[in-house]
Order: sequence, then structure tokens, then C-alpha cells
Amino acid sequence: MNEIVTPRSLGLSREDLPNSYIGRAVPRPNARKLVEGRATYTDDVSLPRLVHAAFLRSPHAHARIVSIDTSAALDVPGVVRVFTGAELAKVCDPWVAVLAHLKGMKSAPQYPLPLERATWQGEAVVAVVADTRAAAEDGVAALAVLFDPLPAQVDMETALRPDAVIIHPELGDNLVFTRTAETGDVAAAFASAHKIVEATFHTGRHTGVTLEPRSIIADYNRADGTLTVHHSTQAPHMMQNVFATQLRMPEGDVRVICKDVGGSYGIKVHVYPDEMAVACMSRIMGRPVKFIADRFEAFGSDIHARDHRITGRLAVDAEGRFLAFDIDDLTGIGPYSVYPRTSAVEGNQVVNLCGGPYAFGAYRCTTTVVLQNKSPTCQYRAVGHPIATAVTEGLVDLAAEALGLDPVAIRRKNLIRDDAYPCTSPAGMRFEGLSHHASLDKLLDMVPLERIRADQAEQRRKGVYRGLGFASFIELTNPSPFMYGIGGAKISAQDGCTVRMDPDGSVVALSGVTEQGQGTEAILAQIVAHGVGVPVAKVKVVTGDTQTTPYGGGTWACRGAGIGGEAALQSAIALKEQILQVAGAMLQAQPSSLDIIMGEVVDRATGQSRMPLSELGRIVYYRGDTLPKDLARELVQTRHYITKEYPFAFTNGIQASWLEVDIETGIVKLLEHWCVEDCGRVINPMLVDEQVRGGIVQGIGGALYEHCIYNKDGQLLTTTLADYLVPMAAEMPDMHVGHVETPTQESLLGAKGAGEAGTAGAPAAIMNAINDALGPLSAKVFAQPFTPERILKALGTIA
Amino acid sequence: MNRRIDVSLTVNGEKVSRSVDTRTHLIDFLRSELGLTGAHTACEHGVCGACTVRVDGDAVRGCLVMAASLDGAVVETIEGLSDTGEIRDLQAAFVARNASQCGYCTPGMLVSAADILKHAPNASRDDIREHISGNYCRCTGYQAIVDAIDDVLKARRESEAA
Ligand code: FES
Ligand code: FES
Repeated sequence: MNEIVTPRSLGLSREDLPNSYIGRAVPRPNARKLVEGRATYTDDVSLPRLVHAAFLRSPHAHARIVSIDTSAALDVPGVVRVFTGAELAKVCDPWVAVLAHLKGMKSAPQYPLPLERATWQGEAVVAVVADTRAAAEDGVAALAVLFDPLPAQVDMETALRPDAVIIHPELGDNLVFTRTAETGDVAAAFASAHKIVEATFHTGRHTGVTLEPRSIIADYNRADGTLTVHHSTQAPHMMQNVFATQLRMPEGDVRVICKDVGGSYGIKVHVYPDEMAVACMSRIMGRPVKFIADRFEAFGSDIHARDHRITGRLAVDAEGRFLAFDIDDLTGIGPYSVYPRTSAVEGNQVVNLCGGPYAFGAYRCTTTVVLQNKSPTCQYRAVGHPIATAVTEGLVDLAAEALGLDPVAIRRKNLIRDDAYPCTSPAGMRFEGLSHHASLDKLLDMVPLERIRADQAEQRRKGVYRGLGFASFIELTNPSPFMYGIGGAKISAQDGCTVRMDPDGSVVALSGVTEQGQGTEAILAQIVAHGVGVPVAKVKVVTGDTQTTPYGGGTWACRGAGIGGEAALQSAIALKEQILQVAGAMLQAQPSSLDIIMGEVVDRATGQSRMPLSELGRIVYYRGDTLPKDLARELVQTRHYITKEYPFAFTNGIQASWLEVDIETGIVKLLEHWCVEDCGRVINPMLVDEQVRGGIVQGIGGALYEHCIYNKDGQLLTTTLADYLVPMAAEMPDMHVGHVETPTQESLLGAKGAGEAGTAGAPAAIMNAINDALGPLSAKVFAQPFTPERILKALGTIA
Repeated sequence: MNRRIDVSLTVNGEKVSRSVDTRTHLIDFLRSELGLTGAHTACEHGVCGACTVRVDGDAVRGCLVMAASLDGAVVETIEGLSDTGEIRDLQAAFVARNASQCGYCTPGMLVSAADILKHAPNASRDDIREHISGNYCRCTGYQAIVDAIDDVLKARRESEAA
């Protein structure tokens, strides 16, 4: 096959070819076990001699650990052992979560269990291991731990004041990181502005609430010195490296297995001290130890996110053209930066993403990242995106109002032109190709604007307040080593896929990217089936085992389709080429005159079948004696892929929200929602649509319901699903999803990510819709979640 | 703390006798004692619906029922419903609509959906949304789930009429 493979020659954008699976709504091969209750989540795994861990967690936001008396706990029936921080520290090195490219960043060393001080309420302090979880909890109840409560630094706004409590005295202050990006003459732009609009935004601290809580079983085998970890994680190879490094083991002696994962959304891509403690305990005891967080533990120890206060200003000229954005972001991240991604990345993303969809000249944005005695925060779905989008789009609507422009008109005027690419944004982001105007056009095809505006006017006459809000956004996907690797984090930005043909002509694909429910295994099967030329049902995909899959990054920042998918396509093409070499030898034909269609070797010109792959497989594997002696017959190929030109593949989209605000109660009722996104090549539209809808619902959660609320002493008040509201079916609107496809030229496949789009834009669209609804009453809200209380306060109904 | 009680019950058509710790919830009994891991726990407070199973024909929260109270009861879990084929059309609709992403909520969601099929065959889309509001899903936007249940209700009504 001496041709150069192109997206066109592969039929990537055509569905009418035989065995073309790209762009088709193929059902997921792993869905059946899920609907039959036969999946294997980590808690479903049981091992001989398994013991269960439970933790005593700090009841104080900040306290010195004075003494730990374990005697009564050890007397509890079923309790096997009790571990303190000092014991675990003997087998495990502490970690410090900083990235070298985030200049000046600092954080304190963190241990599996703290040695001297607890620094947030909910931090695991002592571990009890017993033969059942119930007995381990009894053991925890019998522990006598004496704490000396210390003053807590809870409020991020006061964290840098001279009288602040310094959480880690060795760091000198509570400043973790600060960065200012500045381009152009911001002062001059504001001085020359026709109008300047300004607002202060808050995004509520919230968390992922994966329905399956964090789960781990660590199993250290003394016979061969290996550690096998069954783990509900998004990044098995990263965790393999972390366990190996911290426990001082060779990486090859650690195996991380994640079969089914019950939701992750970024929550399960971090190093949690209690999970490291489980690995340490197994290492010490030489037997498997299981820890499944309960919901109470999840609220206090899963990472939180999005605790930001942002002040933003936008300068516009008399025509409504944007001149400059000036933004100041402050975020509190808890007492430690979280390893290995660090908790500074979210604020850094705000700097990278604000103003993203628009053309303007001058930009200044500062983020200030500080410590506080609350649960640590780190990356959660669409890191920084919903924050940057809310600020940008909130300011855009304020500018429209100040100039008497329509929200669509002001966007139309300022969105970067679709023919302006490639280009670099004032924040320094390089865009390969975006489609803001095409996406807006598509959205306006879907949203019945006239009907909505007429209905809005009519309802207002009846005292019913409805609003329509828009939000354009950019989304960062296909991350390169510029995300973490250059900062020294051992997080793979490349990914690999091994594709193998078995004797019966079926194909096995082993991939480093992982399945969390988004349908990774389905799209990999489609890509491989397309690339090799077999029916999709003939492809078996294996993910989530570091011992059998090629080394890779797993799932984060939307890289499954764009990175993992391209590796799969490249390996499939290589396998096809290899099969055709063998087929050529068997059929006495030029390999280039042959093709593979639906599992048959065919004559390329006529399409006539020459041989089924099962026959080729039979001969290669069992009757190699009949083949030419020097024929290369490896029906297995591996390819790894990494992006080369652009640090990230940016994608874009736009959302619209239509809702009603009950001004008596302050309750927001969502009526309808639209999202158009451009994720490049769509591999499976059904999966993309559902990803986008799920993402929108998580964005709605942040905008209206979800909030980790603390009192002034740093006590978390929302610790059950009865206190912490998440979106439910009855409140969710119908969501319409549309696509524009701008494939990335970086890869053959052309896929970018779609997982963050819904979450990135929904809160801003909802905020703008609420403010549109409240417009006649001159009320506005900028603090998420937009609870009834906050809306009634904005209306002046309550104080 | 550690009182035990003997119970005999029928689980997915099979007779089961065990001595259980009085504080054991049904969901933990099913999962740890019987290895029936289809139903899940997610909130342990009766809020999320992940643990929904059937007891004597009714959909109940496995995290709110004590195993010790179930002497003589008939319990059905997602595994049992799959084996009998009672909701095969519903399961197929979930697959066809991609109404299950990570699948963690799915077994509980299906047991609740089976309840709609049984008790509210004329349910509207709004009724469906209302009925499954006790079943949280963090992955899907619920829309595909509503679509799948609606598809099956319609198909069953049609085959009834035919
Ligand atoms: S675990 Fe029972 S309802 Fe949530
Ligand atoms: S599919 Fe993941 S929680 Fe519903």
C-alpha cells in the first residue's frame, strides 16, 4: 500500500461506504452488562484475605494532633490493625504538588495521613483495618484522639492579610501562586473606551458527586513483591507511577486495574492521601485492603472545585467593539495543592480562557491562588472553563445593555471571524481553527427566537418573567505535554493502542485511554473496525489495565477521542497494511491491489472477495509452514500518538438557555436549552450528544443547586445528598444539541474533545437568561449558585 | 452492637437462609453476603435511588431496609430481572438510546422504570421525569433515559392494542 493515507482516502467523512463506522450512532458494546447489573466496579471485587479500611477524620478545620490512643479500637471484634501517619510515613515518601512552569508556585509536603496537624475538617487522620467495613467503623468509634483546635483560615479573601493564620508556617504565607497575563495597552484602552462595564462574579465551591464513590483495593503480594491496585481512577498509568514512586517500587511491579468506573468527571484523576494510605497498609500487611468512601467521606475528602471570586471589566467603543478585558481572579484551594496536577491550574485556566471567543486588543488577567482550611480543590470537569465563560459572557451582556445592543448582535460583532485562523488570542492561546460564527448561525437555526421574544413580552404583561441567555465559549482539548509534562508532572500526554488480529479474523484493541461511561470503548471499536476493515462487532476493546495496555494518559481534558482515537486509527491502518502484505503473498497479488471490507480480503478494483480474514488467520497462526519463509507475519501493531503543532486543540460552541424566574419565590424553572459545539470529527453522534447533555446538566448543577457550604469555623454543612442538591430529572429541560465540524489538521482522525462543552457554557447561559428575565425589574445576579435566596435578595424582596 | 438474627427469604427465585447482623441493610446484605453486586450504594440516605430493588413486588431503597426484617420476603434485584427477561425491552431501549453512561445509577434506574411500566402504563414524559426524580444520574442529562422509558411505554401500549 504505497499510497498516502488521508482522511478522504480513508472515507472518514463518508457514511455510505461499506465498513465506514465514523460518524455513525453505533451502540456501545459494553452497555449490555451495565443494564443487566453485571458490571465490575471496584467495590464489586472481592479477594481472599481482604480487609476493609475506615478512617477517623478530623472534626476540626485546623487542629494539632496531641495524642492517639488505639487500645480500645484494637479490642473491637474484627479489628486487625490501626495505623497512624507516622507508621505509614515509614513506607511512603511525601509529595509536593507544584508545577515548574507555574512560576513561583509553592505547596507543602503531604503524607498519606498527617503527622502533626489536621488542616481541614474531613482529613483522614487515623486508619483502622478490620475484617468488615462495619467492624472498621466500630474501631474508628473506639479510637481516642486528642486534638488541640487551632484558629482556622477559612475565608480566602483574608488569607493574605498580615493577621491571617499561616497554614504552613514553613511556606511563610498562604500564597500558592499568582500570575498576570498582559497584552496590549490595557490602561489606554480603558481610557479611550466609550463605555466600561464591570461586575464581580462568584462561582460556588462545588464537587463532582460521582455516583460511585472513590474506591480502591490495594493488594501487595509478598511472594513476588508486586502491588496490584484495583482502583476507580481515570488515569491508571499515572497512578501506577505514583504508587511506585511514593512506595519506592519499580514501576513494572505495580499494576493498576480499573474495570468499570462509576463516574469520574475529573474527581478521580488525583492522588488522595486516604487512597495512598490504603496502598501503604497493604504494603505493610501483605494482604489486600479495600476502602470505599461513603457519601459523608466523599463530601469532605473528594476534591472540590470552583471556589472563585472574580472582578471583571470590559471596555467597548461606541460601535460596541470590544477594546479590552481586565480581570482579577481569586481562588481558595484548601490547605494543600493536590498532587500531581496541582490546584493552581484552575486559576491559571481562568487567565488562559477569559475573553476567548472574541477579537479584542488589550488583555489583563490576574489569578491569585491561596490556601485555606477547607477541603482541597483541584480539577473538575471543564477546569476553569465555566468560570471564564461566566465572567466573559456576563460582561458581554452588560456591554450589550450599556450600548442598547441585542445580545446576539454584540456577539456577532465581536466573535473572532471563522476565516481568521490560525491565530493567537490576547491570552496567548493558539487557535488552529474555530467556528464561532457558523456555530452561532446553527444555534439561531435551532432557537425559535421570534417565538421566544414574543412569548417573553406577552408573559411579562401577565407578570411572568422569562429570559433567554446566550454564552459562547472555547474549550481546551487534546492536551499536549504543555499542560503538565513541562512542569515536571509524570502525566502522559501521549497514548498508545495495540491492535491484533486473532485466528478467527476478529480484532483485539488494547488502549491506554480509559472508559468512564463516555463511550471510549465504543468509539475505539468504531475507529479500529473502520481502519482495519472489519465489522464493528468483530472488535474487542480492552482498557483499564496497566499491565496489558500501552502506556498512556487515560481520561482527562478530553483526550480519549482526539489522542486515544488517533493512536487506534494509526495502529489499525498499520495492521491492515500488514494483513494485506500477508494476503498478497498468499494470493500472489500486489498488496496494493487488495483491500479489506467487512472482514474479507477483496480485490480493490472490483470489490470481489478473495479470502475471509478467518482463513488468513488460520493459515498464519496454524499453517505458517505453507507461507514464504521470510514473510513478516506479525498481525499485531502498536502506534502511539501525540499532538505536535498545537499545545491544545481548542474547540468552541455556543449555548442558549430559556427559563422562567418566579419572582415570588425566587425559583428558576428551566424551559429549554440549546447547545451547538464543534468537536471536530464526530465519531459517534449519539455518544457526543449525550456527553454534551450530561455536561450541560453538570453546568446547571453549578449554576442553580450545587454548593459546598462551610460555616465560619470551617465546618462543612453539606455532607449528605439531602443537603447538597444535584439536578434531578424533573427539573431538567429538554436539551437540543447541534454540531459544526471543524476537524483538526493535527491528526488523520481530526477529532477534538466534547466532554467539557456542556459544563463550560451552561452556567453563563443560565446567568444571562436569569438577568434577561429580571431585566424589567432592574435586578441582576452574579453569584453562583443562583439560589432562590440570592434571587430574592437581588429583587430586594428579602434583605 | 453485634446482635444477629436468622432470616430466610427468596432472592431472585432462590431460597436463602442467613444469620444477619441486625444493623445490616438490605443493600449490604445483597452485595456482601450474596455477591449480588448489581444494585449499588451511593448516598446511604434513601435519596439517590442507586440501591433500588424490589421487595414483595414493590420498588424499595435497599439502603433503608434492614435485612433482619425480611424473613419470608421475596426480593428481586437487577440480576433477577435480567434473568427472567421481564424488562428486556427496557434494557434494549437503554442500550439503543445510550441512556446509561457509567452505568452506576442504571440498575436502580431500571427498577424504578420497571415500576412505571407496571403501575403507570400511560405515563407522559413529565410523569416519567417525576417518577425517576428519586433516581440520580450524574452522567446523562436524563433525557435519553426519559426517551428510552417513553419508547418502551409506547411500544407496550401498541402491542397491547394490537
Ligand atoms: S444508596 Fe439508597 S437511595 Fe442512595
Ligand atoms: S450513568 Fe453514570 S450515574 Fe447514571
